[in-house]
Formats: sequence, structure tokens, C-alpha cells
Amino acid sequence: MRSLLFCVFTLTLFTSALDAQSYQIGQKAEDFSLKNVDGKMVSLSDYPAAKGFIVVFTCNHCPYAQMYEKRIIELHKKYAKKGYPVIAINPNDPEVVPEDNFESMQKLSNKKKYPFAYLFDEGQKVYPKFGATRTPHVFILDKNKVVKYIGAIDDNAKDETAVQIRYVEDAIAAIESGKDPNPNTTKAVGCSIKKKG
Amino acid sequence: MRLLLSFFLISIICLKVQSQNIIGRDELQYLINKQDDTLRIFNFWATWCKPCVQELPYFEQVNAQNFNKKQKLYLISLDFPESIKRKLKPFIKNKGIQSEVIVFDGGNPNVWINQIDSSWSGSIPATLLSFQGRKHFQESSFDSTEQIQDFIKNFINRFKS
Repeated sequence: MRSLLFCVFTLTLFTSALDAQSYQIGQKAEDFSLKNVDGKMVSLSDYPAAKGFIVVFTCNHCPYAQMYEKRIIELHKKYAKKGYPVIAINPNDPEVVPEDNFESMQKLSNKKKYPFAYLFDEGQKVYPKFGATRTPHVFILDKNKVVKYIGAIDDNAKDETAVQIRYVEDAIAAIESGKDPNPNTTKAVGCSIKKKG
Repeated sequence: MRLLLSFFLISIICLKVQSQNIIGRDELQYLINKQDDTLRIFNFWATWCKPCVQELPYFEQVNAQNFNKKQKLYLISLDFPESIKRKLKPFIKNKGIQSEVIVFDGGNPNVWINQIDSSWSGSIPATLLSFQGRKHFQESSFDSTEQIQDFIKNFINRFKS
């Protein structure tokens, strides 16, 4: 019993340590280098003119990610020219979800004509740093890579025409006017990020 | 008169069987916050969610094993109301699901997810236990019936001591 308690205790410590490692609002994100669907490695530093980034953890297989595909494309089209490109990252382990393997990512990107980088988090090293838990999960960074917003794209996954609050657009508008987004964190339903074990 | 009444009752029952129960966030909060002597298990799932579908048989087994105890399982489906007829109902029938399935349509998730548990990011599967105002929450899947039983036992033991 004592050893069990010890295990639970250490595990709890370990998980809280893991939690503490992921980025919070106001923290600076580390740059990363991940393979894009075109085969080239992409980093945030490849966008020297960026005023910020819309980092979206998303994937092929998840119905919620699919419902937001078009909206993510629209976000990039609207905001990349204003200095806020979308950087999409697939965090799933393709051994768990074969539909999310690199080839399928390439196919989807071609089919939907993704105008943004769609990166593969090979080895699943990047998403835990961000603390992403689901797809889609958005992190908006400012030009210094400081995390300004974490959460949902808007308040209605199913029906774009019924959207009342556009969280990502509001957050960028706030950053543009030198303010902090409010809310800076939102919740949404999504698919859990798939990993082994 | 009696005939009319029975006709009325029967039609209500038939309607209830035919239509899948859909509830909003107030009704869900009412169920979660009931102050009786029943322990309630709320499993949030959807037919499109693979890990959710994988753990359903374990929840079904927990439900069958504890049939006579004061314990109630609700399979809270996040399938959209439009896909009830096309996806959810055939799924329940094909898998022979015995537990109560309730479709939840709560509006803006940024409101209702926090109401259920402030630590929940919104990914499914997720499971909430509630008993007399106390709650216990997990945002990940279960790999066996025993794991769910342990999760429930831990919750019960916590307020016994």
C-alpha cells in the first residue's frame, strides 16, 4: 500500500512537472524545425517578416479538424498578408492513426490546396511543449514568439454561419492594437492527440 | 377515460423510445449536481471518436456488474443532433449498447466545458464521477473494466477517509 501511495505521489509530481513545462500565456515559445508536406524543414525563423503566428495543431482524421479545414485556410488567406501566417502541425502518431501519416498529410494538403505549411511533429516532441491536447488546438504567438492566446478558433465547430465569437480573429485584433487578447484561453471539443500507450 | 389515458401514456413511452434524448447544459448540470445517494458516471464520447468507442465495452461491463448498486452510468454522446438518426442510432443498435445514451447539445463549448471541469481542455474521451456534490474527472481513455472500477473506488475512498 505504501509503495502504491509512493507511486501515485511521484506520478502526480511527474505529471504536474510535465504540465509546468508546457507554455503558458505570456511565455516565449521555442522555435522548432519540422518537416513540411513539401519535404522541406520549416522553422518559425523562416518567417522573418512575421508579426506573429497562428500555430494550429490539427490533423487529417479528426472530424472536428475536418470541420475547421476551410476556416483554417481562410484564416491564413486573411492574416498571412497582415503578418500572421498559419503554421499547421499534425501531432498524431501515425502508428496509432494511419490516416495521419506523412503521405496522407501530403495528399490532403494537395487536395485542399493548403496555402500554409502543414508540418509533421515526427517523434511527437513539439506538441507537448505547447501543451496541445486536442485537434484542432490553436496557439497564437506574437512577433517575439510569446504565447498570447490558447484555444478554439471560434464558438461553433459545426456551423460556420452560426458563429458568434471569432476567438482567433479577436485575439489578433487585440495583438494588433497592442492589447492582450480577452479571452486569452478558450475551450473546445476536439479529438485527443493520439500517442502510443 | 381510462382507455384514453393508457393510449396517452403508451404514446409517450413510444415517443421516448423512438426519439433519442437530447439535453442541454442546464439539464446536464442538474444530473451532475443531484444530491441523492446515487453515484453517477458521465462518460463523454462520440461515434466518430475511436478511443471512445474502444472503451465503451468496459463502461458497459462496469454498468452490468454494478446493476443493483446505487450507481448510474450515462453515456453522454457529443454526436451532433443531425447525425442521431444516421449514425448514433444504428451504432447503438449494432453494438447492442445497454447503458443509457444521452445526446448533449450544450451550445458554446467554451462555456459548458468549464462547467463540467475546469481542468478539461475539451478532448474526448473524458469521464466525470459525481456523488453528493463531489466530483472526480479524467481527460483520457480507460484500457480495461478494472481501470474504471479503480477510478470509481479511488473516488469513493477519498470521501470515506
